[in-house]
Amino acid sequence: MTHSLLRPEGLHPGEQPLSRLACAHCGVALMPGQGEFCCNGCAGAHALVRGLGLDAFYRRQETSAGTLRPPEAPSGVDFAPLARAGREGEQELDLIVSGLTCGACVWLVEQALAAEPDVLRARASLTTRRLTIAWRGAPSRGNQFAALVARLGFRVAPWSPACLRATEDAEGRALVRALGIAAFGSMNVMLVSIAVWVGGDMDPATRHMMHWLAALIGLPTVLVAGMPFYRSAFDAIRARRVNMDLAVSIGIVATTLMSLSETLRNGPFTWFDGATSLLALLLAGRVMDRAMRRRARQAVAELLALQEGTVALRLPDGTTRAVPVESLHEGDLVLVASGERLRLDGVAEENVLLDLSATTGESLPRDMAAGEALPAGAVNMGAAFVLRVTAASRDGSLAQLARLLERAEQGRGRFVSIADKAARAYVPVVLVVSAGTFLGWWQWVGVSWQEALVPAVAALIVTCPCGLAIAVPAVQVAAVGALFRKGVLVASPTALERLATADHAVLDKTGTLTEGRPELLDDPTLDHEVLREATAMARSSRHPLAQALVRACDDAPVMEGVREFPGRGLQRGALRLGSPAFCGVEAEISSGMELCFCVAGEPPVTFRFHDRLRGDAGEAVRQLQALGLPTELLSGDGAGAVEQAAAATGIGPWQARATPADKAHRIETLRAGGGRPLMVGDGINDAAALALAHVSVSPGSGTDLAQAASDIVLRSEGLTALPLAIRVARRAQRLAAQNIAFSLAYNLVAVPMAVLGFVTPLIAALVMASSSIIVILNALRAGKETHA
Amino acid sequence: MNILVFLVPAALTLGLLGLALFLWTLKTRQYDDLDGAASRILFDDVPRKDTTP
Repeated sequence: MTHSLLRPEGLHPGEQPLSRLACAHCGVALMPGQGEFCCNGCAGAHALVRGLGLDAFYRRQETSAGTLRPPEAPSGVDFAPLARAGREGEQELDLIVSGLTCGACVWLVEQALAAEPDVLRARASLTTRRLTIAWRGAPSRGNQFAALVARLGFRVAPWSPACLRATEDAEGRALVRALGIAAFGSMNVMLVSIAVWVGGDMDPATRHMMHWLAALIGLPTVLVAGMPFYRSAFDAIRARRVNMDLAVSIGIVATTLMSLSETLRNGPFTWFDGATSLLALLLAGRVMDRAMRRRARQAVAELLALQEGTVALRLPDGTTRAVPVESLHEGDLVLVASGERLRLDGVAEENVLLDLSATTGESLPRDMAAGEALPAGAVNMGAAFVLRVTAASRDGSLAQLARLLERAEQGRGRFVSIADKAARAYVPVVLVVSAGTFLGWWQWVGVSWQEALVPAVAALIVTCPCGLAIAVPAVQVAAVGALFRKGVLVASPTALERLATADHAVLDKTGTLTEGRPELLDDPTLDHEVLREATAMARSSRHPLAQALVRACDDAPVMEGVREFPGRGLQRGALRLGSPAFCGVEAEISSGMELCFCVAGEPPVTFRFHDRLRGDAGEAVRQLQALGLPTELLSGDGAGAVEQAAAATGIGPWQARATPADKAHRIETLRAGGGRPLMVGDGINDAAALALAHVSVSPGSGTDLAQAASDIVLRSEGLTALPLAIRVARRAQRLAAQNIAFSLAYNLVAVPMAVLGFVTPLIAALVMASSSIIVILNALRAGKETHA
Repeated sequence: MNILVFLVPAALTLGLLGLALFLWTLKTRQYDDLDGAASRILFDDVPRKDTTP
């Protein structure tokens, strides 16, 4: 049992866990007074696992502490309509299961479902986190299966189209197929070619047969396996650009044609082996590159899927029904629960308390008057209320923003990667050298045109873009993989290059520099016993402030028999914990960031909260500055809070009360001045700025829109992953440049030899393989942790 | 050199067999969950449910 030694989540470095015992289900360290489990959910999950006879799970579980804590509230999503009806009353449902991180988890989920009598199949994929359940019976059973998985401690969400897009990678599969064919072709051609190379005394008839055999295998291979390159090259030609795939295509096609001509006239060698093994090598690089990026895309899709959900539509008879957001129209009534995020723009009939941090950046919740326009993305901090929708999902403010993002994304597509820059300069030179060689041998030396073709194409293939074409992807794979393990998801193919060249950092405050959740302010006058008692009450609530109390004092036991008045407070007998009004306290000015606790007959105690800076915010800012990026803070929050945050982190200039347009404008100004700004933000109000920036980063806790607008998502807690990512990106850029320089240097020796006709297929194969290996070995250094 | 008449087709047939097998594994989506497949081999025997569907 290793997890008893792990530090529980929520404790900060330096603080010691109060107990060495760990929860028997999720592995979080236990507080004194707790028996075997940290919460009722874990106790239930453990009983469930034992009851099913699956306790072998606990011996093999490799999840980190706390990830398997069952949610206290059911997800509220209705899975029944998502089930697909199959043959003979079969139903099938796809879910995304977060927390599915080890083989034992897969086993547990599959076996727990298989124990249900009506389940036909249950199959979970560890790579994609996709769970497919098939059963015979009513579609509504889907809800029970989802609840079962949730009770085990996994978070479930419907398998969204975005997840599907991230996983269903038809192009990737085509690449793997092409790789298989190219590998088969190159190995078999090599079998024949080696016979020709070593069989110097082979009689011409046998050699001719060998050539035809090589052509028989080589031609279909080149035709089929080269398709991904030809297609990309064709697109490039149509767009009047030159890219690396064009260079590859020209090299391969020319080599194949020359080999065919050599086969027809029974020349000494054919070069089918070179063409096919070049294809196989390049495809291998491409497949790896794609697999790595697919993992990052999947992780982002998973984060987004968990945020998607349904809304509670209020029917005329007063009941509610969970429906997808897209199905709502203007004028519909939606019930917004306490703590829920508004998915649509609307108005309320009553005064409501909203947390606008995602839409404007304000850290304090704001009281909105009845009838005031409420923006989608805000979180309800008060009681549940009824929202009248003013704009359907596709016309709302979020959709407008999404369209803006799309336009910005298209603009960013014009970025030219270093590999393409190299190709632009390189391809014409190679073609000229090759053409010159052909003409030189044919006209000047006076050999037949077939013989002149051989050195010309040899020059093409040894200058072969092999080293070049593999130089950059290999570095990318190593760097993106290393960052993935550190919790940095690189979603865009050119993100690393852009990150390496960023020269200015613009940060958002709420949710980026700060944790974006309330934290209890230190108050020396506070009695610890009172805090403990209040926390014991707060444990039964999901309200953000109650949760903040629990985080501040996690040794409090759970109090039984607490009643919750949503949005107002908690009560148990004479004890009350809640808003000042709820406790009968005349508050001077309620900021919404305070809780009162009172026992009848005693003066009330007030707990104040604030949005705390991330533990490593100052360190991250310092490192960014050390990397040569001047930092600045742009926040929609009030001047006081922003100045405080700026002073505490040592960040440079700051601007408060910045609207989304202000932020976007600032980024545009920086770009217009020739800068390459890096934007870090998490909110809907940051999305436009993120999309406009040279490169954009959002924390994993950010809103779905911000993550969709970002090139890079930081899944790990904390910001220091950002300077780390910049260091890795810069190192990767250096290595890519080295690799390109090396490939070019190689050619300085190889090209003259090829032009003079000294290169045989054997030498070409050696040159190709050795340059590729050196380039790949160099690229592997990109994954190493740097201390520069 | 007559031996080639047998050896070359034999080598090619074996190679093609391997290629066909690879394409089949790809088509049956055996590469979709490589991480899962690595752990699946270590799973215990299934505690079977009593009723058959």
